Amino acid sequence: MADILNPLVILANFILVPGLAYGSQLALGALGVTLIYSVLRFSNFAHGETMAFGAMITILVTWWLQSAGVSIAPLPTALLALPVGILGTIALCLTTDRLVYRYYREQKASPVTYLIVSVGVMFITGGVIRFIIGPNDQLFGDGARFIMKARAFKQITGLNEGLAIKTSQGVTVITAVIVVAAVFWFLNRTRTGKSMRAFSDNEDLALLSGINPDRVVMIAWIITAALATIAGTLYGLDKSFKPFVYLQLLLPIFAAAIVGGVGSPVGAIAGGFVIAFSELIITFAYKRVVTYLLPESMAPEGLVQFLSTDYKFAVSFFILVIVLLVKPTGIFSGKSI
Amino acid sequence: MSFLIGDEMTGGYGGADILHDCTVSVERGEIAVVVGPNGAGKSTAMKAMFGMLDLRAGKVMFDGEDITNLKPQDRVLKGMGFVPQNSNVFTSMTVAENLEMGAFIRRDDIAETMDQVYGLFPILHEKRFQPAGELSGGQRQQVAVGRALMTKPKVLMLDEPTAGVSPIVMDELFDRIIEVARTGIAILMVEQNAKQALNIADKGFVLVQGENRYTDTGAALMANPNVRKAFLGG
Repeated sequence: MADILNPLVILANFILVPGLAYGSQLALGALGVTLIYSVLRFSNFAHGETMAFGAMITILVTWWLQSAGVSIAPLPTALLALPVGILGTIALCLTTDRLVYRYYREQKASPVTYLIVSVGVMFITGGVIRFIIGPNDQLFGDGARFIMKARAFKQITGLNEGLAIKTSQGVTVITAVIVVAAVFWFLNRTRTGKSMRAFSDNEDLALLSGINPDRVVMIAWIITAALATIAGTLYGLDKSFKPFVYLQLLLPIFAAAIVGGVGSPVGAIAGGFVIAFSELIITFAYKRVVTYLLPESMAPEGLVQFLSTDYKFAVSFFILVIVLLVKPTGIFSGKSI
Repeated sequence: MSFLIGDEMTGGYGGADILHDCTVSVERGEIAVVVGPNGAGKSTAMKAMFGMLDLRAGKVMFDGEDITNLKPQDRVLKGMGFVPQNSNVFTSMTVAENLEMGAFIRRDDIAETMDQVYGLFPILHEKRFQPAGELSGGQRQQVAVGRALMTKPKVLMLDEPTAGVSPIVMDELFDRIIEVARTGIAILMVEQNAKQALNIADKGFVLVQGENRYTDTGAALMANPNVRKAFLGG
């Protein structure tokens, strides 16, 4: 029995738990990308930097709270700083919209123009972030490090392998569930949320119905800013905060949005988990799992790893290409791009 | 002065003029139909009256007020409802949500108007939780008309409401439109099915190349041998 349980615990420890956390972070990021795509109809390449910006503000406020001795241990203080981070990011998004995107909306620019514009916004935002907080790793996590320690798990179960659950992972998953539920409630139950869906579905008819496009755009930015800040902060808590990493996150986030179906909120969430688990499953070294399952004489010599973790971004890229070739509208049939 | 009138409208989509001194009007509780061959500018005349293109000359009067320079959204606020020919429903949203979005500008209770729409189109009540994109062509048109009625408009403009639906559904739609007109709403519609449309029309406008060719009551146009020969297939 232990021969089956031990490898399962390894898989849970190295794939299931980190996958749930990473998948939640990607899902929140992809949800923001999909919202902007639905309402403003362009692929927002600045989304990664928006996440970094939100995380940065949250970190600065966290440091300030920490120095003032405020703590909500065992939870990380960053959760307390999150609302300020969200407000700062909303200000950033609304300002860029006012200064940059609004001009192109009035010009009725093509989606490709928008995309290039968003790349420009990405570089500027990235520059501002490096200017304020620098390009290095920043630590801001505090509170209890683990919900479940590997050693405690071994003692409780008597198994050889341990299962560790970090506080940041638990916080990530729970926060993501709450945020996603709130977004769906907003989109499906409130008048404003429905008007956003109507605007995304059929812009001309929405105008004929008296829906104010400026308001819809503004609310889309506000929600996107909140989602980006939460996703960025959770990712920073879970891994570490390094501005450059958020630029790299853009690929898995876009892959998640496209796999799920751009413009489909459910798809963005499903896509986030598909990408997260694919990355982990393909880059995990299965040597120890296999060792448990096979007789000793057949134990593998190598790591039994499909791809080195250095290539984890290749996984999202590969999935992206497959989806675009086979089903460009994604799993939940969003808009074809 | 008519309740809604596009008076001697001249204009187009930016290039050459499509409408030339074209006049279309409708009274309260009346059905006015615009017919004519393809490319006659029927839909353009309708869009011009709703403010969807700029007029070079002429004016649009609604309830005694000059609305020539109002944006379409503002005309909705004034009490005009418009059902476009294509993509006239929110396909990803349920029938009930479509109606709710139709009433977006209203701040009062919309339940009563919604019941009236369901009373007019019982099938919509049955399918109220189904996405409008999953309905048949005729049912979609009902959703589209219902959506426009949700603002309690004083005039309802329909751009080819029966395009692409079967003759039976077309008859039923026309029956419903007559019912709507009886409640005192002015109805202005563009139709390809000229014969059937003129049959229910109080007033008909035959347009050719953006100009008024014949204007008379529906019955008189049906009886006019020239109109019959040229536009109604004899």
